[in-house]
Amino acid sequence: MTALTVSAEGLSKSFAGLAAIDNLTLTVRQGELTALVGPDGAGKTTLMRLFAGLLRPDAGSLHVLGVDVARDPQQVQDRISYMPQRFGLYEDLSVQENLDLYADLHGVPMAQRRDRFARMLAMTDLARFTDRPAGKLSGGMKQKLGLACTLVRSPDLLLLDEPSVGVDPLSRRDLWQIVLQLVKDDGLSVIVSTAYMDEAERCAQVHVLHRGRILASGPPDTLRDRAGGLTFVATPLPPMPARALQARLIDAPDCIIDAVPQGGNVRFIRRPDADAARLADLIASATPRPAELEDTFMMLLRLQDDTPPTTIAMQTTAMASDGQPVIVVRDLVRRFGDFTAVASTSFQVARGEIFGLLGPNGAGKTTTFRMLCGLLPATSGHLEVAGRNLRTARAQARQRIGYVAQKFALYGNLTVRENLAFFGGAYGLSGKLLRTRITDAISEFDLDPTAVSGLLPAGYKQRLAMAVGLLHHPEILFLDEPTSGIDPLARRAFWRRITALAQGGTTIIVTTHFMEEAEYCDRIAIQDAGRMLAIGTPREVRDLSGADDMNSAFIAIVETARAGRNAA
Amino acid sequence: MQGLLLYLTQTLALIRKEMLALLKDPSSRALLFAPALMQSLLFGYGATYDLTHAPYAVLDQSRGAASTQILARLDGTGVFQRIATLDSPARIAAQINSGKALLVVIFPPDFESRLAAGTTAPMQVILDGRNSATAGAAAAQVAAIVADFNRTLGAAPPVTIIRRAWFNPNFESRWNLMPAMIASLSMLQTLMLAALSVAREREQGTFDQLLVTPLTPTQILIGKALPAIFVGLVQSTIILLIILFWFQIPMAGSLWLLYGGLLAFTTASVGIGLSISAVSLTMQQAMLYTFMLVMPLMLLSGLLTPVRNMPQALQILTYANPLRFGIDTVRRVYLEGATFPDIAANFLPLLVLAGITLPLAAWLFRHRLG
Repeated sequence: MTALTVSAEGLSKSFAGLAAIDNLTLTVRQGELTALVGPDGAGKTTLMRLFAGLLRPDAGSLHVLGVDVARDPQQVQDRISYMPQRFGLYEDLSVQENLDLYADLHGVPMAQRRDRFARMLAMTDLARFTDRPAGKLSGGMKQKLGLACTLVRSPDLLLLDEPSVGVDPLSRRDLWQIVLQLVKDDGLSVIVSTAYMDEAERCAQVHVLHRGRILASGPPDTLRDRAGGLTFVATPLPPMPARALQARLIDAPDCIIDAVPQGGNVRFIRRPDADAARLADLIASATPRPAELEDTFMMLLRLQDDTPPTTIAMQTTAMASDGQPVIVVRDLVRRFGDFTAVASTSFQVARGEIFGLLGPNGAGKTTTFRMLCGLLPATSGHLEVAGRNLRTARAQARQRIGYVAQKFALYGNLTVRENLAFFGGAYGLSGKLLRTRITDAISEFDLDPTAVSGLLPAGYKQRLAMAVGLLHHPEILFLDEPTSGIDPLARRAFWRRITALAQGGTTIIVTTHFMEEAEYCDRIAIQDAGRMLAIGTPREVRDLSGADDMNSAFIAIVETARAGRNAA
Repeated sequence: MQGLLLYLTQTLALIRKEMLALLKDPSSRALLFAPALMQSLLFGYGATYDLTHAPYAVLDQSRGAASTQILARLDGTGVFQRIATLDSPARIAAQINSGKALLVVIFPPDFESRLAAGTTAPMQVILDGRNSATAGAAAAQVAAIVADFNRTLGAAPPVTIIRRAWFNPNFESRWNLMPAMIASLSMLQTLMLAALSVAREREQGTFDQLLVTPLTPTQILIGKALPAIFVGLVQSTIILLIILFWFQIPMAGSLWLLYGGLLAFTTASVGIGLSISAVSLTMQQAMLYTFMLVMPLMLLSGLLTPVRNMPQALQILTYANPLRFGIDTVRRVYLEGATFPDIAANFLPLLVLAGITLPLAAWLFRHRLG
């Protein structure tokens, strides 16, 4: 029997009377990779902080590395390394200086440093950038540096709190290679919380957390089997797009637990108690497919959650999809000094299309995105948005677009209603029209008008941001990594809404790091180093790379292009 | 007409939002008015050149009737307070050095005999020059007392000075300082408020959301400037009320003209604040720039030392300092009852300053690359 790294019994922790961790019992074995998965607010971060001795439990016992954490947190902290969601890198210090600083803070002996630094820099592939200020690194590189700083000393237990939020697939893969290697070579015990089920699949043990309790625990194989026999894949009859079928399925929560589009098909999970006749009504034919961890996760959550997923009855903008281009980009270039962030890019987006911009961190997709919504002037090229030239008629073009920022970008100390009223006014709405729109938005997004915006939970903040972005019924909606850091459940609801909007004729431009979300798009574009590497339907892009899932396709396309560039 | 209505709707929405954001938070709400109230009371009592109980020491080597009389007059004014009577010249330095005495009055041994002989009898006053303003005032007081004493000796001096201080009959420094506070205290707050307004939005990421709306830079400028100007005027009003009714310094000029001057002054200050804000990426940066600017603006404004005492080059530089003209306008309207033609020249630099900084800020909103 392996020794226990963590053993918690009857653990509870509440904040202001709300239970974050509720009578939780769990054990983590030594030398294993353990995943904590769960929706937002499940208590993942609280649990991590309890393990790290940063919070004191209200009740129950917690032993980490054989030490009672409540009694002697310092002894635990001396032997663990903890990387919080937002790791405190010093942005003005170079990569090397950050490493030195953390080595000093942890009192790593000089003699050990050379080897340790060399190994960390080799693993993270940051050796070339030691002189670069941390603030100038891409998001993925920052995260790797954070991990390197966390590991300047050799801990007995490594705690990683959602290390891959906002990180592109390539950096995510690198990050996981480092972690897996540490577990394999050093026998390190690692606990990682994550919103990605494919990451959880790689762990030896998975704990599904929900409302501060463990819903299920076990190795991925065992957990997967729980959804066995319920998972299918269906092919929509042409010309029906996959996401339309997906929308139909997800709107039938009495039969269907979950549905997502993939490769032109729709993967779904039926309820065990679903009525066969009704099911046949929804889908003509479906083929069984092997269950995955995500299926089990969705099933556990849906069966827990008594609240049905919000059904969407979206207002429709007058125009339906007519194939007319609403965004025309020709030879778009953006330079910062002598650095070319976007190099001669051209593409068009048709009305009612969902267009996905994908790319690694620092690939130029944010720059492209910001130019499209008029936040950044282009160096050269032609840019037409909603029939308006963005160079000459910016204010008119802006009137026709909606924008949802990556981070919460509304006024935190104003209430929901005040935020809506302000942005409505800024778009020129007033009087009765404004009041009607606000009332509609509040009921549609199920918001509390008097709640203070900054205190809303993440999912609701995102809803409010959407409500604000849609208040003036824009022709085009820009979404910058809208699902970053949001759990699968909330992502389903989000995409259901996006699908409905597109059906109503709104054009959607979206950036994302979740490659499976690219499947909701009509067309996607993959960018790297400022150039367009691939553009087309998800199926076309997959076919181009030869890979059968979007994640591998993305990695293959970017790496092929990079290899070609290096060879040239 | 429709276009104008739309323009107003949008701008009003922004103004309302700014005011809401300002007044919602109880701590920021208190910050708007409490400091103006407290500081004006504090400075009204605390910051003064007026002599009261100025400590002095005496070395009376003559021990005659004349020196005793002069000392009695010194003690009798209430301005001076004797803290030591020395018996040897060697003790003088210690009194001044330690700061115990502001001045030491010395009567030489032959003081009495010289007076009796009808010749000039010198007495010496040693002053602590480290505090030049107060020491100067003390010396003047001593001189006045001695001159007064001379007259009692019957020998009328050929020339006498009869002092009449206009606009401040009792020469109270509070009268000079407090009206200046109407401009300077409120500037501190409006500058900070304006400097933080855009920087806060940039730091919190809300500025992008604002920039994607159809609001034009001019509208954003109006929306940001008006609330700050309003707050500045409210603060000035609080200080004005305290000076008028608490310290009861009578106001000579027109209230309309005073507010006209304050409006021009506050607008220029807000222009500077918004320009700082537009170049700053974070609130910390904005704060730093503001603090860097506030000291020179205060010291080179004529608040404490007259502008005409400055070197020529600096005097020219003070044309870019709104506080110089703000203080001058307030002082002259308040104490002197100046009319518009008297102070019209003050409006020009203020309006030019506002005319440069406000459009600059509006341009920077969009062109500050991050």
